[in-house]
Amino acid sequence: MSATTALLRTPLYEEHVALGARMVPFAGWEMPIQYPSGIVNEHRAVRAAAGMFDLSHMGEIYLRGPGAGAAADLLVSSDIAGLELGQARYGLLCNERGTIVDDVIVYRVERETYLVVVNAANVDKDREHMKRYLAAGVELEDASRDTALIALQGPRAAVIMASVTDLEIREATVEELAPFGVVSARVGGARAYVARTGYTGEDGFEVFLPWDRAVGPWSRLLAAGGALGLTPVGLGARDTLRLEARFSLYGNEIDETTDPIEAGLGWTCKLDKGFVGRDAVARAKEQGPSRRIAGLAVEGGVARHGYAVLDAGREVGTVTSGTFGPSVGRNIALAYVPVALARVGTRLAVRIRDREAPATVVKTPFFKRGERT
Amino acid sequence: MSSVPDDLRYSKEHEWVRAGTDSVTIGITAFAQDQLGDVVFVELPAQGSTIKQFSSFGVVESVKAASDVYAPVSGEVVERNVKVVESPELVNRSPYEDGWLVKVRVADKAELNKLLSPDEYRAHIGETAPSGG
Repeated sequence: MSATTALLRTPLYEEHVALGARMVPFAGWEMPIQYPSGIVNEHRAVRAAAGMFDLSHMGEIYLRGPGAGAAADLLVSSDIAGLELGQARYGLLCNERGTIVDDVIVYRVERETYLVVVNAANVDKDREHMKRYLAAGVELEDASRDTALIALQGPRAAVIMASVTDLEIREATVEELAPFGVVSARVGGARAYVARTGYTGEDGFEVFLPWDRAVGPWSRLLAAGGALGLTPVGLGARDTLRLEARFSLYGNEIDETTDPIEAGLGWTCKLDKGFVGRDAVARAKEQGPSRRIAGLAVEGGVARHGYAVLDAGREVGTVTSGTFGPSVGRNIALAYVPVALARVGTRLAVRIRDREAPATVVKTPFFKRGERT
Repeated sequence: MSSVPDDLRYSKEHEWVRAGTDSVTIGITAFAQDQLGDVVFVELPAQGSTIKQFSSFGVVESVKAASDVYAPVSGEVVERNVKVVESPELVNRSPYEDGWLVKVRVADKAELNKLLSPDEYRAHIGETAPSGG
């Protein structure tokens, strides 16, 4: 992103500034990295109570029409054809080489409407990729600039969400929404799709709203959650939360040089159907990966993206993401290492500045809901 | 605004120096820790090693990033703050007291004249727009 390009602002920009957020450039957007309480406190609030995120920078691409389900199923690696109305699924956009164009969640929001949520940095690329392989008669709408997205995450998310949400189905409440379920609703008076999805390893919701109606629901949720420990959360804690939960981040663990098998995302690839990149992914699976993502516990420093991983002094891999994990109380990292060195308990090292910091391969996710510290 | 105690000298890189009888104490300023965010790791030179004015002598890592700490004066490290290595959050909680980093026997007292007065440092952080990142 060139420095001369004006940064985009979400409809909640003024709210973040009023809350004292520190705003930083991210994927062409001016986004809150943290609020005054700081990344560690925000992280802990999500694990213990609830946190609210502005994710309006993310992309929303709609596929509509009688053939939309089949079209989405061809584009995305997972079983999209099997989605019922009101269900969502994680999956990958792959290219024909079988490497990863993006990771997405597909929501079947109406009978013939599928919402594909993509990473902010990839919106243009994904839209063009999808158009290239789109079946005739299926309408594609990039609604990224018209759609705000608020995530509410944490053990108290459901009770807070329910207090400001009216479902169109009168007899149900949003607390009864199944994981990866999605419904039409009114949130703080605004029309929305509410999904039980997230990126933190906690229970929670993602709320898709019209761009110009986002402020009301944001304020209503903050007010409703205030007494329950709800805090606004920036991109800093979003990263520590997702990393503890071992969720991949596009640009770190996955990109167009990585295949789903080595990335540990083979489970998202339904190889008994056709999808773009299917044959190459099937070959990669058959051959078996030469490297794999391992979780590392690192001592004596924080491993960062791009740092070298060493085995007996020899460079064998690269850190994809690393941080201090507030809920696990230690420094954690993900790294690509040779398959033979990916076994739990293997002792490696990470080059941090000019030192070798001891690193041990550990089980992932680093943090699982219910194992609170 | 960040506090800038009147009894300290400052570097442009946001370290502070407190003069003592045999040695000076060095740390990072309230402004610096605020910019860094939650400090999770501190790396300090060994006792007995020498540090050189305006050269990096240690690292303070926050959740977001690693930042070099630059020596405001040259000299021999006579003590390192073991507590801050064990509890890096002391840098955030008490940057001028419990969160100090090292004590140094100054080689050349004239070097202190190259540092900023409290007023100069206040102007410096007033001018330096918070970079945010």
